[in-house]
Amino acid sequence: MKPLVISAGTAISALGLGVAPTHTALRQRQSGLVRCNFSGGTQGYMGRVAGVEAHRLPEHLQQFDCRNNRLADMALNTDGFYHAVAQARAYYGPTRIAVIMGTSTSGILNSEIAYAMRDREQDTMPPGFDQQHKQDLFSLPTYVAAALGLEGPCLTVSNACASSSHAFLDAWHWIEAGVCDAAIVGGADSLCGMTLHGFGALGLVDEQPTRPCDADRHGISIGEAAGFALLERPGARMVQQNTGYQAMLLGCAASSDGHHMSAPDPEGRGAIAAMRQALVRAGLDASDVGYVNLHGTGSLANDAMEDKAVHSVFGGATPCSSTKGWTGHTLGASGSLEAMICGISLQHGFIPGGLNITHIDPSFQARVVTDNVDAPVKHVVSNAFGFGGTNCSLVFGAAQ
Amino acid sequence: MKVGVRGVSVWGPGLAGWAQAQECLQGKTEWVEQEQSPPPASILAPNERRRSGPVTRLAMAVASEACTVAGMETSDLSVVFASANGDGGVIDSILRALSEPGGEVSPTQFHNSVHNAPAGYWTIGHNSIAPATALGCYDWSFGLGLLKAASEAVVEQHPVLFVAYDQPIPGPIGKVRVTKGNFACALLLDPNLSQQAMAQLNLRYVPRSTLPIDMPPHKGLQALAADNPAARSLSLLTCLAQHRAGTVRIACQPGQLEVDVSPC
Repeated sequence: MKPLVISAGTAISALGLGVAPTHTALRQRQSGLVRCNFSGGTQGYMGRVAGVEAHRLPEHLQQFDCRNNRLADMALNTDGFYHAVAQARAYYGPTRIAVIMGTSTSGILNSEIAYAMRDREQDTMPPGFDQQHKQDLFSLPTYVAAALGLEGPCLTVSNACASSSHAFLDAWHWIEAGVCDAAIVGGADSLCGMTLHGFGALGLVDEQPTRPCDADRHGISIGEAAGFALLERPGARMVQQNTGYQAMLLGCAASSDGHHMSAPDPEGRGAIAAMRQALVRAGLDASDVGYVNLHGTGSLANDAMEDKAVHSVFGGATPCSSTKGWTGHTLGASGSLEAMICGISLQHGFIPGGLNITHIDPSFQARVVTDNVDAPVKHVVSNAFGFGGTNCSLVFGAAQ
Repeated sequence: MKVGVRGVSVWGPGLAGWAQAQECLQGKTEWVEQEQSPPPASILAPNERRRSGPVTRLAMAVASEACTVAGMETSDLSVVFASANGDGGVIDSILRALSEPGGEVSPTQFHNSVHNAPAGYWTIGHNSIAPATALGCYDWSFGLGLLKAASEAVVEQHPVLFVAYDQPIPGPIGKVRVTKGNFACALLLDPNLSQQAMAQLNLRYVPRSTLPIDMPPHKGLQALAADNPAARSLSLLTCLAQHRAGTVRIACQPGQLEVDVSPC
């Protein structure tokens, strides 16, 4: 594929707002996870973003107010992202920039609160309940477009935990087809009762802070995040000032497992196909990749499958790790958050070694790193997998 | 961008599959507003069929029929599924459970709550590792979904099965977000224009258009198109059923999708 450039990108998570606090926390091996005490969920640990409750959306966009859109708005105001988009908008025009967002639960928390307050006799929502601007999946790109003053086509992709990784692929389709010249790509997923209780019911939440790739790993820690990237054709315009992180999107590919709704294919057939195709599209060999940022949720089945798949594509020499020990699993937002971590890795020649690992699972064959490594990294692969058997792999390179 | 339509299907009130719907949309038979029950999803193993809900059954029915009409192999076909409401029944029942003390959520309902559940069941039923994209774009799910599906077909140079489906949401949310009827349609799009197709589509995204969007000529179908996001396909489906050349304007957010239809 013709490469695209992320001329500005940012993300927020339990590690803080944007590139600098995330980079620092990764360097210092300081996790953002705390004991879970959100929306009646008390199992295990969570990655919660500080300051969401106090954040206010702009006055004219108050109808969109919900935790998910607040997270999105906080991210838009991080690392000068809003300003970077304003410059692109002035160059391309507002109708030529698309907004492509990934989310799995959008503003469902708002509906959870409304259900608790519903009229149980009439079975009606409390007055003023607004499904369209808060709960609906399309609320997120509509909000982002309105906040950034953009008028290009909007899209929500909701492929479970691969949603915001998938958004990069969908943006490639629209830019390459000429539907738009640039795209705001990203996503947001926020803490809510549905995911805290749902993953608990499936027995997928670790009582300890999540330990991806550890022999004793016992599930995920749920987190929340929002992340955005301004994606455009390289060289199309002069960027006046670098803001946030920069990277090249060199390859991307999606696949399915065709196996089971909530358990990954243990053979990793779909995951292998996604990684291989993303490399082919990037015109790279597996040996060109210096780091694989794993989906690495900390669940028994995911990490075992991913190890098998990564080993079959990259062999046992390529360093790989999951960063979810820092941030928790931020579900549909994980791809946009981990794109930033890949950007940090490329820009600073830095590989974060997986956190909370006492013993690497002895059955693993891929090279899981457990200590931070300083080494030049030219290309990075980022994986995301999700319920429904959905897989997405992205290949990033250093910005030119 | 240009794609061929190699297969098509529709299920909705008074529209039971392409053969019957085509006659109806051609005006040869009268449209009668009557709920139609789609056939069971025969591609799914009994276990999966039991676990999946009516939304999946509806989406499967049109997806399968469009492939049959096209006479195409389905196992390596990329799919794009678009729906505004997704599985409203599952969401309603999880939200009810969460509002009770303890908030116990059913594990099966939780994994069925993901928006890509019907797309996932499709790939499981076909043992397919091809990409399956799930979109949710409120009332513009059909137009924006078609724009994404056609773009994928043209950029990746492979056929894409596009499916749009929507059902009413039960419970208190459905009283605020009103959707009527169970409606789904599917289009099998091929970027290879030398393949035998029923029509060719030329698609353009038009921002800031002031032209009115197209509605089907029939009053009853107009109401259906206004009340179900997937039924916004009816003006395009009518054009295809009548083998008529023309331009159809479909509402998007914020612009419009203009589709020139040329029958083959």
